[in-house]
Amino acid sequence: MDLLSFVNFYLVPGIVAGAIYALGAIGVTLVFGVLRFAHLAHGDLATFGAFLVLALVGAGMTPWLALPLAMAAAALTAIALHHLFYAHLSRRSAILTVISSLGVALMLRAVVQMIWGVDTESYVSGIDRPQSYLGIRLKDRELWTLLATAGLVVGLLVFLGRTRWGKALRAMSDNPDLAALSGIDKRLTTALTWGLAGLLTAAAGFFLGLNTEVKPLMGWHMLLPVFAAAILGGVGRVEGALLGGLLIGIVEECSVLLLPAQYKSAVAFAVLLVMLSARPSGLLRGKVL
Amino acid sequence: MLALTGLRRSFGGFTAVDDCSFTVSEGTITGLIGPNGAGKTTLFNLVAGLLRPEAGSVTFLGEDITALPPHARFRRGLLRTFQIPQEFHRLTVLENLMVAAAAQPGEEIWANWLAGRRVRAREAAVAARAGEVLDFLGLAPLAGTPAGRLSGGQKKLLELGRTMMSEARLVLLDEPAAGVNRTLLREIEDKIERLNRSLGLTFLIIEHDMETVARLCDPVICIAEGRVLVEGDFATVRSHPQVLDAYLGEAGL
Repeated sequence: MDLLSFVNFYLVPGIVAGAIYALGAIGVTLVFGVLRFAHLAHGDLATFGAFLVLALVGAGMTPWLALPLAMAAAALTAIALHHLFYAHLSRRSAILTVISSLGVALMLRAVVQMIWGVDTESYVSGIDRPQSYLGIRLKDRELWTLLATAGLVVGLLVFLGRTRWGKALRAMSDNPDLAALSGIDKRLTTALTWGLAGLLTAAAGFFLGLNTEVKPLMGWHMLLPVFAAAILGGVGRVEGALLGGLLIGIVEECSVLLLPAQYKSAVAFAVLLVMLSARPSGLLRGKVL
Repeated sequence: MLALTGLRRSFGGFTAVDDCSFTVSEGTITGLIGPNGAGKTTLFNLVAGLLRPEAGSVTFLGEDITALPPHARFRRGLLRTFQIPQEFHRLTVLENLMVAAAAQPGEEIWANWLAGRRVRAREAAVAARAGEVLDFLGLAPLAGTPAGRLSGGQKKLLELGRTMMSEARLVLLDEPAAGVNRTLLREIEDKIERLNRSLGLTFLIIEHDMETVARLCDPVICIAEGRVLVEGDFATVRSHPQVLDAYLGEAGL
């Protein structure tokens, strides 16, 4: 196999899948960095976002208008979920919140299935033929996925690094008591964290649906690679989640060279296992934004 | 300026603060002394809002702040520092100072979008002020360093810097002398005094180093077993028989 077909058949699909994982993993890492718990409802929130876009597209909207609306709706949903299910547990042991988020995951999925049914859907019909860019074949939807991911990540990094609110978020993640004593409102920062996580997660759901199919279990199945990506990159680090997502995506696609394709989704699990046994302190050390 | 009335707080079966009442007058450097376990740090946490009292109230500038969260107390001009200096490890020294600046328009989330220019002007002013503070403290060469890499003494200075950045009226200092060498200690004492004289900052200071207390603090409040034992100037408190008892009792253990 020559280099170009490796790039076209393994590397490009890997990077596209990785970009989607990265969007999910950044949300996981933000929630962990500020609130210190693993949010298991993240995948189903992505599903919810993907189906919201589907509903809006079904009502005649273009996907590029439907996506921002669905992202905003998912952000508000994430904030509401926090207030309904997680906020009152915040002073108790973190495992209670984690288990509670598992319950929220099941509820979100049930809501999706109740409203939209259990069938597999898609945003557009017809075949999206790849265009050639200097020999690298890229479908339009893949190009859009990569551009949107890049835009969202750059936007988030600028927000965290440059704005007063970004600093407040990093400060809260770094030292919550000191942040509160420095005049940073914990409730607002928490809401902001959930808002950002909701935005990114809905985008991840949409792009996953755009590149594969829209179905009620899509987000749940994405949860494992997303957590593997967040841990691989160092939990709490936005750049880490991006890197981890891309690596997991590429490794998954390339594994098909050696393993039967059915084992693809086990690869993220293997990476997660290796990471946890080689660097178990990565998660517990609780790195900060 | 600050009035504590009948404060009580216990942890499990241990009552750390028990019916404790005292006031701090504006413009003073008030010392808070007492043997280990007397409840000094718990008192600080009750005043700053990190802990809620089981009974009693905290009044600051005439307002009952007992039910307010920590960030709201900070915005009213109350600042607490820690015995072991606390900083945002991964934020730079400059960013650490900027976070401490009070009442920024960027705090209101919509202002970021609606009044970008005003926010940017304010942000620039805060950065300039932070630069001045770094010069004052002699930390200017470290402005871009993550604060987690500073030495213990530099972290102490950074804490004073946060005090200067905030528009605090009352500063709670938890053992400014602990773990600091003599030279730096004199420098810190000198800066506390200058902040008190020139800016009119009021200080409430927990301190075990009696020389520092003697030089800086008037009045001095001695607490033991969660309540006030004696109040007065340093000489009065030091020679009070109950104070001697409390410290000797501790030494006897």
